[in-house]
Amino acid sequence: MAHGPKPGLSRWLYTTNHKDIGTMYLWFSFAMFLLGGCMALVIRAELFEPGLQIVQPEFFNQMTTMHGLIMVFGAVMPAFVGLANWMIPMMIGAPDMALPRMNNWSFWILPFAFTMLASTLFMDGGAPNFGWTFYAPLSTEYAPPSVTFFIFSIHIMGASSIMGAINIIATILNMRAPGMTLMKMPLFVWTWLITAYLLIAVMPVLAGVVTMMLMDIHFGTSFFSAAGGGDPVLFQHVFWFFGHPEVYIMILPAFGVVSAIIPTFARKPLFGYSSMVYATASIAFLSFIVWAHHMFTVGMPIAGELFFMYATMLIAVPTGVKVFNWVTTMFRGSMTFETPMLFAVAFVILFTIGGFSGLMLAIAPADFQYHDTYFVVAHFHYVLVPGAIFSITAAVYYWLPKWTGNMYNETMGKVHFWLSFIGLNVTFFPMHFVGLAGMPRRIPDYALQFADFNQIASMGAFLFGASQLLFLFNVIRTIQGGKKASDEVWENPEGLEWTVPSPAPYHTFSTPPAVR
Amino acid sequence: MLRGFNRLFALMATALPAGTALAEDKAPERWGVNMPRGVTEVAQTTYDLHMLIFWICVAIGVLVFSVMFYSMWRHRKSKGYKAAQFHESTAVELVWTIIPTIILILMAIPATKTLYDIYDTEEADLDIMITGYQWKWKYDYLGSDVSFFSNLSTPRAQIDNQLPKTSNYLLEVDEPVVVPVGKKVRFLITANDVIHAWWVPDLAVKKDAIPGFVNEAWTRIEEPGIYRGQCAELCGKDHGFMPIVVKAVPQTEYDQWLEKRATEAAKMRELTEKTFTFDELFARGKEVYNRNCAACHQVNGQGVPPTFPAIAGSSVATGPMKAHLGIVVHGSEKNPAMQAFGPQLSEADIAAVITYQRNAFGNDMGDTVQPIDILNFKNNQQ
Repeated sequence: MAHGPKPGLSRWLYTTNHKDIGTMYLWFSFAMFLLGGCMALVIRAELFEPGLQIVQPEFFNQMTTMHGLIMVFGAVMPAFVGLANWMIPMMIGAPDMALPRMNNWSFWILPFAFTMLASTLFMDGGAPNFGWTFYAPLSTEYAPPSVTFFIFSIHIMGASSIMGAINIIATILNMRAPGMTLMKMPLFVWTWLITAYLLIAVMPVLAGVVTMMLMDIHFGTSFFSAAGGGDPVLFQHVFWFFGHPEVYIMILPAFGVVSAIIPTFARKPLFGYSSMVYATASIAFLSFIVWAHHMFTVGMPIAGELFFMYATMLIAVPTGVKVFNWVTTMFRGSMTFETPMLFAVAFVILFTIGGFSGLMLAIAPADFQYHDTYFVVAHFHYVLVPGAIFSITAAVYYWLPKWTGNMYNETMGKVHFWLSFIGLNVTFFPMHFVGLAGMPRRIPDYALQFADFNQIASMGAFLFGASQLLFLFNVIRTIQGGKKASDEVWENPEGLEWTVPSPAPYHTFSTPPAVR
Repeated sequence: MLRGFNRLFALMATALPAGTALAEDKAPERWGVNMPRGVTEVAQTTYDLHMLIFWICVAIGVLVFSVMFYSMWRHRKSKGYKAAQFHESTAVELVWTIIPTIILILMAIPATKTLYDIYDTEEADLDIMITGYQWKWKYDYLGSDVSFFSNLSTPRAQIDNQLPKTSNYLLEVDEPVVVPVGKKVRFLITANDVIHAWWVPDLAVKKDAIPGFVNEAWTRIEEPGIYRGQCAELCGKDHGFMPIVVKAVPQTEYDQWLEKRATEAAKMRELTEKTFTFDELFARGKEVYNRNCAACHQVNGQGVPPTFPAIAGSSVATGPMKAHLGIVVHGSEKNPAMQAFGPQLSEADIAAVITYQRNAFGNDMGDTVQPIDILNFKNNQQ
């Protein structure tokens, strides 16, 4: 009764199957990761030495902008949506996503959005060059003409994200197998449920702010122009009301992934399941009331400054609870260190370090010194690269045998891990130093005192970038064949996805599974 | 204990090879790993706060990671360790919610105090208005005639790797801001075009310069010296080339400087009446061009189309004089990247630069314009 996929291209174009769509999201995201990564390498190559060698400042700014936009909207978010598509139905015992045709659309509009965004590089005046935060009036009155295409592509990405989020919520709330109560759901499902609500809440805000820009540029309004009675700071408030929850959109699903992997390889149930759920929800709530900590230097009244400082510091509490829970899960476990576990452990350590610098940044008077320096660059790369990228990589290694039916090459996986781990730290750790010593971010050239650490960071970046090719190679080899994986793959992992055969059949759970 | 750690950390920072250190003009040290301690009380309080939070984070990190590494070492399957099955403890979870909250409150107290200090801009001895432009800073000494622009003075050839880089590469300007030592100086900060941020680490002052807003900040420098910083908000292509240099001098020296600048300003106004020869205008114009126009239109006048059009062969520089005056004095309405230079440059400088543009880069117009013409143009347009 199970029928397989259609043959050829039409399988992918018209598919409504959550596994196909998940796969496409993941490949798309990996392609964007490499593209955004190459842009990062252009940046690091230029910063290898003081002076202008490789690119001119205009192009440098285009690279920093595109790198940020592509990594956030093209690499990290679609990767998590891909994981959600693949795993959520299998984890909750559903046959597919709730809205499969919309699912096809939410994926297929993405390549168009990013083709449009990337095409701005070839336009007169170049690509967007105002940073991924695109502060007005630089992005409105002083932007290249391609900014209009940038706005449309943001609209399309936003539509894709909202459709994806609606689908995930509908699936989780309506399609759980009988007996799968909310408090029995795997944490990955929980974190995605909360993330999906964040997406629905803030993507329209982003759409709003870019529409206001569009109006300012083409229709003579003055939302952000002081000369016309508008307010440039309004842009930042609206942007960060989207932007701060956005950083949690990029990290909450990672919490879910790690909460699945650590118990498996510690052979011990996750410590504090319910406090994990509550902590995730608290982080999501707090993410809405801390946006102005990105703007401590705009000249807010002191009451505002204090409120945003206190609220931001408070995020350390639920985040701390999560870290303590993971550590306690490992404590007195029976641990092995396969590749997914290595990435998950590195996640816990490095994300915590990123959290510490985040706490330092929350302290407003000290933030006056850190703001817009490489210290901030170091901070958010420490949360996003080990946080989002490492957890996605861990998830791929963890579930790849389930997806393909074959085991990946463990040695190659471990080499990939160690090279990435070393590359990452060599790249981003020195950025703390140059930032504290006074190097502003987004500068194409710098004073001589910053030369040494920048050179080290650049070397680390190339190592990190090159080692990702190993990952690509390993994944392709696993898809092609290899040692057959058992249904459970790992020793006694928890979750419904391990009760189905490996590779997971094209259609799973045509009858709802039993939930313990 | 904490102080000891601080010293150790500072020692680590300075033990590594240092750059050439002049008595007054401290060239920044290489391999610097930490924030400067600063030369104002606020900067030092901020530094102490930063180190306090840092060491608290280090302590928590050491604690958490040791537990983690301990279990990774001891509780391995390869060592035959059997997993325990506990997975809940309300008491433990309460403890690690409450203790961090208490630590946070302890951090918030000194942070709040420092913040109040930073916000207290009352009763200043001197007000300086700072305006950010793409890509230079303008300083107006309120209550006096003194007002000037401060541009990057690092030669282009160093940036393009044709000359060896000097020790203050990219951190040097033609006109530093001069302030008296020991006086409370209030900065009123705004911008003319996009958002910039005025930042000098040694003073721990960083404030956004936003068009349409006037932000306040203050400092009281205790030690004479030269303190360097940079723009800290992405403001376009030359964001990395917008340094800030603050020179703190004793009061008497400051008074002399202020008087000298006031006389110069008066002399500059006299120049408006003078009639220049073509060669004088051309030479002066070349200098003005390289300082103010070359960042966008390039030294060779080729520009970076379409945002920064070429001067060479342009319809403006080879067309009617009035249109040329208009665009230089008032800026371009179509292209906001072209600023209004009328308020930025003296009449003599504008006259010179227009003469230069109409006769350089193969634009053989052969005409000149005098400072008095610029003044008349400005007056007729108002």
